[in-house]
Amino acid sequence: MSGGTWSPRPPRRLVRFGLAAALALAPAAQAAPRTHKIVIVQMAFGPMPAGLRVGDTIVWVNQDIFQHTATARDHSFDAVLPPKATARVRLSKAGTIAFYCRFHPGMTGKLEVAK
Amino acid sequence: MRMKLASVAFALALAPAAAFSQAAKPTDPQIAHIAYTAGEIDIAAGKQALKVSKNAQVRSFAEEMVRDHTAVNDQALALVKKLHVTPQDNPTSQALKKKADAQLASQAKLSGAAFDRAYAANEVAYHKTVNSALQKTLIPDAKNAELKSLLQTGLKLFTEHQHHAEELAAKIK
Repeated sequence: MSGGTWSPRPPRRLVRFGLAAALALAPAAQAAPRTHKIVIVQMAFGPMPAGLRVGDTIVWVNQDIFQHTATARDHSFDAVLPPKATARVRLSKAGTIAFYCRFHPGMTGKLEVAK
Repeated sequence: MRMKLASVAFALALAPAAAFSQAAKPTDPQIAHIAYTAGEIDIAAGKQALKVSKNAQVRSFAEEMVRDHTAVNDQALALVKKLHVTPQDNPTSQALKKKADAQLASQAKLSGAAFDRAYAANEVAYHKTVNSALQKTLIPDAKNAELKSLLQTGLKLFTEHQHHAEELAAKIK
């Protein structure tokens, strides 16, 4: 070991913190379905949410004055989004799902969905 | 010499969009008129396609053009009203309109696949022309920030339409 800062046992308060963190995370580990938002503004899909899982729901929020769609390349979903409207899509399968807007094909994104 | 160079540069910048060439820089009321006219032209072309075409892909594209350009033009009308600006007719708008009328008349003689191909090809060319004009003159010359921002939205929209038109043209070849 170099430097001599290594100690064989972590300080007590770190242990306590680790325990508290584990407890805090426990309910999430049960993976209750969650809802995530993806905002469309200025002809683009906003940041992709992280930590998506099968059973979660995406709420698509269209803030543009134009009609858009959120259409999966594998046809697993096709949400039509009139101007200023929202639509919900439940994620039914795991994997990388590429999607686009049928009307404005330059608008694209990818969902990373875990089991 | 410097003046001469500047005017050459200006002419070059406008070259791909012949219909947009104009001696002086357009004013905001003129820019608003040009942008609105450009939208109306594409709405008219879309309506003609909806009357003539029986191709589902062409019809869906035409519906999108009518819907999107109507949305931008409604926004443009609301903006000029808010700014108390009266859009001003100008040689660029007139040239655009004249060219578009001729195009509509020539397409009116077509039907079936010939019409679909002509419409798709013209939509590609038209959106390219308008995009180039937006990028090189209309957006840089616009003084009002809200007008500039609406034109930028218009450029994003027209660019998407150009891609979509290219896809459509390739599909119905």
